Amino acid sequence: MANPGGGTVCNGKLHNHKKQSNGLQSRNCTKNGIVKEAQQNGRTHFYDKLIVESFEEAPLHVMVFTYMGYGIGTLFGYLRDFMRNWGIEKCNAAVERKEQRDFVPLYQDFENFYTRNLYMRIRDNWNRPICSAPGALFDVMERVSDDYNWTFRFTGRVIKDVINMGSYNFLGLAAKYDESMRTIKDVLEVYGTGVASTRHEMGTLDKHKELEDLVAKFLNVEAAMVFGMGFATNSMNIPALVGKGCLILSDELNHTSLVLGARLSGATIRIFKHNNTQSLEKLLRDAVIYGQPRTRRAWKKILILVEGVYSMEGSIVHLPQIIALKKKYKAYLYIDEAHSIGAVGPTGRGVTEFFGLDPHEVDVLMGTFTKSFGAAGGYIAGRKDLVDYLRVHSHSAVYASSMSPPIAEQIIRSLKHLMGMDGTTQGLQRVRQLAKNTRYFRQRLQEMGFIIYGNENSPVVPLLLYMPGKVAAFARHMLEKKIGVVVVGFPATPLAEARARFCVSAAHTREMLDTVLEALDEMGDLLQLKYSRHKKSARPELYDETSFELED
Amino acid sequence: MATATEQWVLVEMVQALYEAPAYHLILEGILILWIIRLLFSKTYKLQERSDLTVKEKEELIEEWQPEPLVPPVPKDHPALNYNIVSGPPSHKIVVNGKECINFASFNFLGLLDNPRVKAAALASLKKYGVGTCGPRGFYGTFDVHLDLEDRLAKFMKTEEAIIYSYGFATIASAIPAYSKRGDIVFVDRAACFAIQKGLQASRSDIKLFKHNDMADLERLLKEQEIEDQKNPRKARVTRRFIVVEGLYMNTGTICPLPELVKLKYKYKARIFLEESLSFGVLGEHGGGVTEHYGINIDDIDLISANMENALASIGGFCCGRSFVIDHQRLSGQGYCFSASLPPLLAAAAIEALNIMEENPGIFAVLKEKCRQIHKALQGISGLKVVGESLSPAFHLQLEESTGSREQDVRLLQEIVDQCMNRSIALTQARYLEKEEKCLPPPSIRVVVTVEQTAEELERAASTIKEVAQAVLL
Repeated sequence: MANPGGGTVCNGKLHNHKKQSNGLQSRNCTKNGIVKEAQQNGRTHFYDKLIVESFEEAPLHVMVFTYMGYGIGTLFGYLRDFMRNWGIEKCNAAVERKEQRDFVPLYQDFENFYTRNLYMRIRDNWNRPICSAPGALFDVMERVSDDYNWTFRFTGRVIKDVINMGSYNFLGLAAKYDESMRTIKDVLEVYGTGVASTRHEMGTLDKHKELEDLVAKFLNVEAAMVFGMGFATNSMNIPALVGKGCLILSDELNHTSLVLGARLSGATIRIFKHNNTQSLEKLLRDAVIYGQPRTRRAWKKILILVEGVYSMEGSIVHLPQIIALKKKYKAYLYIDEAHSIGAVGPTGRGVTEFFGLDPHEVDVLMGTFTKSFGAAGGYIAGRKDLVDYLRVHSHSAVYASSMSPPIAEQIIRSLKHLMGMDGTTQGLQRVRQLAKNTRYFRQRLQEMGFIIYGNENSPVVPLLLYMPGKVAAFARHMLEKKIGVVVVGFPATPLAEARARFCVSAAHTREMLDTVLEALDEMGDLLQLKYSRHKKSARPELYDETSFELED
Repeated sequence: MATATEQWVLVEMVQALYEAPAYHLILEGILILWIIRLLFSKTYKLQERSDLTVKEKEELIEEWQPEPLVPPVPKDHPALNYNIVSGPPSHKIVVNGKECINFASFNFLGLLDNPRVKAAALASLKKYGVGTCGPRGFYGTFDVHLDLEDRLAKFMKTEEAIIYSYGFATIASAIPAYSKRGDIVFVDRAACFAIQKGLQASRSDIKLFKHNDMADLERLLKEQEIEDQKNPRKARVTRRFIVVEGLYMNTGTICPLPELVKLKYKYKARIFLEESLSFGVLGEHGGGVTEHYGINIDDIDLISANMENALASIGGFCCGRSFVIDHQRLSGQGYCFSASLPPLLAAAAIEALNIMEENPGIFAVLKEKCRQIHKALQGISGLKVVGESLSPAFHLQLEESTGSREQDVRLLQEIVDQCMNRSIALTQARYLEKEEKCLPPPSIRVVVTVEQTAEELERAASTIKEVAQAVLL
């Protein structure tokens, strides 16, 4: 049960004046909205760019109560399982077919203990169906359960205009149809939805070509290749890059798709502590010095797998340090920008831009189009030889259907919007609005005394709830207040660190955020969620309205 | 006498002990302990783990040269010069600027550019926009997804269906959701790549049986049964699965499902069936291989198919009994951890299902067309047809290999290119040669769709025949 922070892991301190200098600097970079500028500006000072990241530890009594909560839940689970076994309580779970009762059970009994006895109690907080675009406001379909969440029944009512704090709609580009989406409509009318072939066979459309060129241009790299699913981009391409005799060094909190890809590759996998460069360096040193276990041969190559922004922690990868290590030890770096592309960096070009680094410093830039771009799919970008190699060897290119043309068009549209190719600066404004919203939202939550994880610039904002009982209460109350939140618990997080995860969007207005913050304040008092023991500071001047004004 | 002397010696020793100074005793005590330590410690120390000095370490780090991240790819590699399709890959397709009749895309029912499907997708675009911006668990579940799942379950006459946002990820996620380390999976040698990856992810024991050879499968099942009797404790928790395809992507053949079901009950192994090619193709109503053989669908534990072929959308689904399928909602990695299917694609799939339900005649038409071209392609000298006559995707392989795969591929590519010049778009079946478990021989894949007219089929067959004759003879 690794407590990923292990307390307050900060590369910088939480002092306000430092933050301020930081803010000024990043604004320097955005002045012209050009990446090159950012790079030149950044190169000289990226090392003094502070990473303000906090993982405050919970007070002891909270941890005690949390484990007690799980303990009580588990005890009751056993009791109810016992009663179900003896037929005292009705069992609602689906059962094996009569004809197959003598087969080896499909599930181990303990496998489902957690699902049956704990998850089932609070299941209504997940998979809530919606019936509108996942914009800043969405419509949730009301559903009720007559049997304690075993089944749901739709009432037919729709909870209108719920504030969406859950979707990864960072730039607000997932929205209802409007005139700016005309090109998607046109593409849909010409091409239809499917492709019905793979890239290698008959599925490379001119649209894909156009998209790939544009992605490469956006990221300022030599070439890019796109794939139909973000998850599969990782799991089907990592095996093409490394194999037996290679070493993968993977952050302990990497997304499942990275873990799966690493596993499918057949390479040896070693895990380093979350965002911990000492831990990574130790592994790198040992790997280079001692080579492979048993055979003692040198590793063929070493690949470091990290994410740009971690989706459950809200932390940003310590990229400059990792790049320095990678250079020192001649390892390769693969970075998954699923949550950072479009969302961080002065012009939305991801973590390399955030730190003012040349994107070519990273060997493999991977990202998805699901989040910021409001579409689906993923890309891999980098040097031309890398992309050429993947064109030939990627599992996805040979065996999986290529990307749907209207989806590709949505990405093209979003990219053009961000790059200002649509003749407006709205794209850039979105990125700035997101940064502004993020800092405002995080700052206010901190002031209220919540424990918030992650980097102050990360639009993924985890608010720690700890206790399993509070998870459900929190999510239900918030929905009553017409705010849609995402709560996550074990197994997506460590057992004792259940949390709510907000995704700030450029589409959120200040009023919406204030409504949410007000509700959170109330909820924090009601459910006693304000665990933080940091001194509550008065609002620093930075968050004065004026300091956020855009310099047009 | 001897004993008296010994006794005296002993007494003297004890006396000496009393008289000895303390430091002496301590010294002797230490010596004794030292001897004991030497006795119990290893007689020699391996000097192998002599620690490296910092300087040596630095040198090692300095010296190490990794392989390049990717080996260079020759500039003229065929895969770098994909065919580029301009416009929709429907019946008439523009490949590299030349208009052809499409015999390469899996658009069996011609729904790819169906105006009704497009209209449904457009309506969805207007309502929901494009992306879902989240996995199913976190507000990525739209009413359209629930509708589509319902419709698929009804269409397949099963209790429940679950949709994935990518065809490949469907079976590749479904298998490891159930089969874990230590479980045993019996799988056909010709199984497609997605199945192979699913099996690899599951880390189960994999037993390959000869393609469609039920005797070979039974042999393996029997072997396992004997093994189980030796260790019944282990056998009680070892799940057994048989993984097969309805119509095999790599061979165009159909699986002998009735025999498989018999074996299933005899040896108590569950059947997972991949129906990407047979869904919406086989059976009177397009219900797939179970309908084709008239088998109760509940006898199959899990059916998976993609929605990228017959339905001409994107994504995939699994269906079966709730007892089985529901488990994937928390354990299917490609389901839980991936953004959900864009609603417009789900809406397109629903409309495609509507069309299939309204025109059940379409499946008979498709079958007739398959039969026609299958027959017309027989007897080309140098090329043999591989696959059933009811399969809308089948292969043309070289009758005799030249001995080198590379040469075979080149010959087939020549045929494909020349057909393309004569307006018949074909493609070779592509594989990752080093990754495939059992690499199928090189082949040209011919795909039949309902939109191809009898004349077009005839023309395609005669074109292929003429070109093959010219290239191969």
